[in-house]
Amino acid sequence: MDREIIRIENLTKIFRSRNKEVVALKDLNLSVKEGEFLVIVGPSGCGKSTLLRILAGLEKKTYGEIYIKSKIENRPITAVVFQGDAVFPWMKVIENVEYSLKLRGVPSEERKKIAQFYLKLMGLENFADYYPHQLSGGMKQRVNVARAFASDPEILLMDEPFGALDEQNRLILQQELLKIWEGSGKTAIFITHSIDEAIFLGDRIVVMTAQPGRVKAAFDVGFERPREMLSLKSTPQFIELYRKVWEVLKEEVLKSRK
Amino acid sequence: MNAVQENLNQTIKMEDLADDVENDSKQRKAFFLKTFSFLSPLFLLLLWEALAALKLIDVRLFSSPSRIFETFVPLVASGELLYHTLISTSRIISGFIVGAVPGVILGLSMGLFPPVRALLMPLVAVTFPIPKLAIMPLILIVFGLGESSKIFTIAIGVFYLVLINTMAGVLNIDPIYIDVAKSFSASKIQFYTTVAFPGALPMIFAGLKLGMGTALLLIVAAELSAARAGVGWMIWRAYDMFDIERMFCALIVLAFLGYIFSYLLDIIEKIVIPWKNYQ
Ligand SMILES: Nc1ncnc2c1ncn2[C@@H]1O[C@H](COP(=O)(O)OP(=O)(O)OP(=O)(O)O)[C@@H](O)[C@H]1O
Ligand SMILES: [Mg+2]
Repeated sequence: MDREIIRIENLTKIFRSRNKEVVALKDLNLSVKEGEFLVIVGPSGCGKSTLLRILAGLEKKTYGEIYIKSKIENRPITAVVFQGDAVFPWMKVIENVEYSLKLRGVPSEERKKIAQFYLKLMGLENFADYYPHQLSGGMKQRVNVARAFASDPEILLMDEPFGALDEQNRLILQQELLKIWEGSGKTAIFITHSIDEAIFLGDRIVVMTAQPGRVKAAFDVGFERPREMLSLKSTPQFIELYRKVWEVLKEEVLKSRK
Repeated sequence: MNAVQENLNQTIKMEDLADDVENDSKQRKAFFLKTFSFLSPLFLLLLWEALAALKLIDVRLFSSPSRIFETFVPLVASGELLYHTLISTSRIISGFIVGAVPGVILGLSMGLFPPVRALLMPLVAVTFPIPKLAIMPLILIVFGLGESSKIFTIAIGVFYLVLINTMAGVLNIDPIYIDVAKSFSASKIQFYTTVAFPGALPMIFAGLKLGMGTALLLIVAAELSAARAGVGWMIWRAYDMFDIERMFCALIVLAFLGYIFSYLLDIIEKIVIPWKNYQ
């Protein structure tokens, strides 16, 4: 369980446009253990999405090194649950979920089975043949999560997947995400603005500095799994950890507002 | 009336409202709207007829519904109108296909491949604003007086609209969908077939619909010169003979054709893009 799967050394990302340079990440160092659920929090614009996009291969780093020690073949190393509505409107729910399997040439019957499995886990088994415009926002986000899991990646990258949802939906989806993740043994990197969510989901919480983003502090979350939000929230340890994270985060949020 | 009574009235009204919403008032509304949109042209026709009968308008110029009807019936019965309609229809459809197919293909490639776009965009940008009617004489010289000049006139009008809309459709695909495909390491071809083409389809159809409108516009112009049949020809011929009723009959056919074609395109769109949120 303690094998290191990702190691990031002095990662720097500079966005250059015509007459402007934005240093999004500066000398970021981070190590992620295999099977770990790592949550990243940080002020808006500090480079969380950028970091995730670099890990997903969607963006090139400017300097630094990233080592991903993958031991798998024939399936993707990473899969992303994006910030925002990323479900293809032109595909049915099930076609969305089996998308990556189709790209990889998995035979139709097998991928239907896999997709159905994850749809069921997400409580969407009755909506397989719906088009996304017939779904609510919460259901679409479930499709997003199911699509990422169905691709069976070694590392799951999630960028505020529940950020746009209402509180009730968020609570339910957090619980469902944990259920499906706990059975999978996958490494997860999860970005959020919510400290509650970070503590509830994570094994470890990393707080990033205001732009340019670096790792400012990391907190271990000791709570046993499976977890239950309500009982967790009423423990003194939860409140203690919440305060610690918030104190560090608050400084950076204030900095980023200047 | 005291305050309590007023309040009570208020409550009753609210209940009515709530009932309305539940009691398929939507259907009733839809029915009324349909009746309205049926009644308004009918009302206009009656008004027209009345004005003609009262000699408030000059029937030699504006005719009247009953006079047009009297001309219309024999034109239909003799098959003459159908003959011209079919000829025009086949020109419209041929021109539409000849323009739309390359429009979609070129539009997709210009949207997908920056070098192709860089190469062709200046050409398109310069030639697109030229009124299609202005190049008709040139088309006549190049293609002669036969069918092909008429088909080409329509095709060229359709072509530009489809091309530009298709290209815009590809270029305006939400980048998040491109990221999804990339993040699952889709190959180029997989990206074209699973994201670029379906993503551009709504805009392609917008282009086809605009193109159809232009085709109807151009058929009349195309049949002005060197035609011996067709609805457009009928109009010009009626103009020469000062036969206003005949002219109106041809206009009715054109309106009808326009309606049918846009209806057909709507149906095809709903089949090809079942995922769009219509209503
Ligand atoms: N493609 C780009 N071109 C130029 N600048 C960019 C680009 N993408 C991001 N940036 C800049 O990089 C910085 C970090 O952006 P990023 O999206 O990673 O922030 P974030 O931490 O995810 O913010 P949020 O919490 O609001 O989602 C911001 O200042 C942003 O303006
Ligand atoms: Mg972000």
